[in-house]
Amino acid sequence: MSAAQGLSAEAVVAERTESRRRISTRRRILVTLGVATLTFLFFAPLFNLAATSVKDPDQVYAAGAPLYPARPKQVEVDGKDRPVVRVPQADGTFMEMVLVKPGRQESVLADPADVSKTIVWQGSWRTLENAWEFSATLNNYGEVWKLLDYPRLLLNTIIIAVVGTIGTVVSCVLVAYGFARLKFPGRGKLFQVMVATIFIPGTVTLIPTYMLFLNLGWVNTWLPLLVPTFLANAFDVFLIRQYMMTIPREHDEAAQIEGAGPWQILRDVIIPQSWPVIIAVTVFHFVYSWNDYFGPLIYLSTKPELQTLGIGLSRFSDQYNARVGFPEAATIMTLAIPVVLFILFQRYFVRGVVVTGVDK
Amino acid sequence: MEQREAQWGFLFISPWIIGLAVFYAFPIVASLLLTFFDASLTGAERNFTFIGLDNWIRFFNDPMAWKALGVTVRFTLLTLPVGIFVPLAVALVLNSKALVAPGLFRVLWFLPYVIPFVAGIIGWLGVIGQNGPLNTLIELFGVQDAPLWTNDPGLIYPALVLMGIWGIGSAIVVYLSGLGGVPTELYEAAMVDGAGWWASLRHITLPMITPVIFYNLILGVAGSLQYFLVPQVLNGGNGNPEGSTLFFNIYLFKSFFTYQDPSYGATLAWVLFLITLGLSLILFGTQKRWVYYAGGDR
Repeated sequence: MSAAQGLSAEAVVAERTESRRRISTRRRILVTLGVATLTFLFFAPLFNLAATSVKDPDQVYAAGAPLYPARPKQVEVDGKDRPVVRVPQADGTFMEMVLVKPGRQESVLADPADVSKTIVWQGSWRTLENAWEFSATLNNYGEVWKLLDYPRLLLNTIIIAVVGTIGTVVSCVLVAYGFARLKFPGRGKLFQVMVATIFIPGTVTLIPTYMLFLNLGWVNTWLPLLVPTFLANAFDVFLIRQYMMTIPREHDEAAQIEGAGPWQILRDVIIPQSWPVIIAVTVFHFVYSWNDYFGPLIYLSTKPELQTLGIGLSRFSDQYNARVGFPEAATIMTLAIPVVLFILFQRYFVRGVVVTGVDK
Repeated sequence: MEQREAQWGFLFISPWIIGLAVFYAFPIVASLLLTFFDASLTGAERNFTFIGLDNWIRFFNDPMAWKALGVTVRFTLLTLPVGIFVPLAVALVLNSKALVAPGLFRVLWFLPYVIPFVAGIIGWLGVIGQNGPLNTLIELFGVQDAPLWTNDPGLIYPALVLMGIWGIGSAIVVYLSGLGGVPTELYEAAMVDGAGWWASLRHITLPMITPVIFYNLILGVAGSLQYFLVPQVLNGGNGNPEGSTLFFNIYLFKSFFTYQDPSYGATLAWVLFLITLGLSLILFGTQKRWVYYAGGDR
């Protein structure tokens, strides 16, 4: 710091900014490479799922098999498929040769490019490793499609998500508008109560709620999953209300002077300006419903024909019992839709999380 | 005029009022009452007898319940620091000025948050499984028998934490917005005083985002005490290996659905609720000592 003494504060800042800029190219590369590596590790399960889902099951159990989908390389010799093996060379590298005639003491190998050129190799063929070539199969997807009754689970999941989303958006917009724009006694207190309900753990209400649905005869139907969505939820009401508060009141007042009631103001003034948050809640609830596991688990446990993809997928979660490739294919088929939705609407997602997480 | 507006107001919020009554007020009161009764689940043999504090006494003398509570507390102590500091570390790196294409990385780190958690379990099981890439890597380093993570009581908790790591996206986003709110003048002033990277982090960044850390801490405590879904999907709630995954809510779930005992289930739910509430109140009490609100007292 001694060199900087006697200089003005601005000069020090300028000097430091300059020094920061000088090292920044190297730092940029280091930081970005580090983050890219971490990101790759964070996504390792996804790559592994995708790779395994298109693998032939034999590959997974074969020793020395690569991580990418592959099959043992073969070359046709005299009308028969012969394996290609990796033959160690004197310089430590490997050479790919066709194993024409395996033997314990010596084997006949051929050049893969021209199988008529053969050599006799000294040593047991069992010590030679197989060569692999890239090979992907969609068989696992086809099998899982049938095994899971995928079309039905998909349809169930979509219906529950769509109806639940409609219920959520309609009811939450109405309630949020009430809290954001209309004055009524106890509004502040009620709003506090609403925010507080976000923190009540679900298990406290679980048992009486379940018994209520049981006595109504709704267990083993979709009603326990759908009806509550039409009665709004604190999280989404909070999100929409915060957004509506930012719409200038002059717009309402102008409409009011022209004789519009609360209903017309909501329809003609508030909703047209609230599309970003309405889209956010739509996507949020759709993905929430798509990923909901607990609701379908307790209310649809004995009705396979009404269940959702998440429940179907969990039948594969015991990896030691399922055939390799099946759980992976089923997983890819389940996560594809929320991931695509997220990529399309990621802007709204991130904003929604920020509003509920920071403003609360 | 005002009265008409109030009527409209109540009309608009009526869906939530009905929801509050049916799905919060009624079940909370009912579950508290249930803890003082002996009730049966189904309507066929309706049984409803007042038994005073018997359910609560039973809990205090139930070794299984205490064991399950111990499992949940132990797991919370492991997962809570991970859930608080890993997203914080990621957010700090993603917030770095030296990072190229920060927008892309932010989106990528949030993305797995939307993936169904069952898919996350299967995905991470594939990585740490017997023939998975992690064990292949471990074997490359000369370890003969790479561990079976989910079968080892000493490794199951790290495995569970890993299986939940895709859920950190929302915490990262919340941290990032907190970091974005720290005034740049503070960093400039610190630079004038000769503060380096570590000093800036320690004396500016961390104090300024303590409200966000506090928010994630409160959510994290409630979330880990309620831990249920991952072990339920992983092994159907059988508690393997060696009872290490018999979490409190797994036991609660069993008491209710398997043993068909709603009153004892409700008692367990209230025990956990009271513990969560107590811990939250304690945390709120410590707030004054370490949480700094730039806008003054809230």
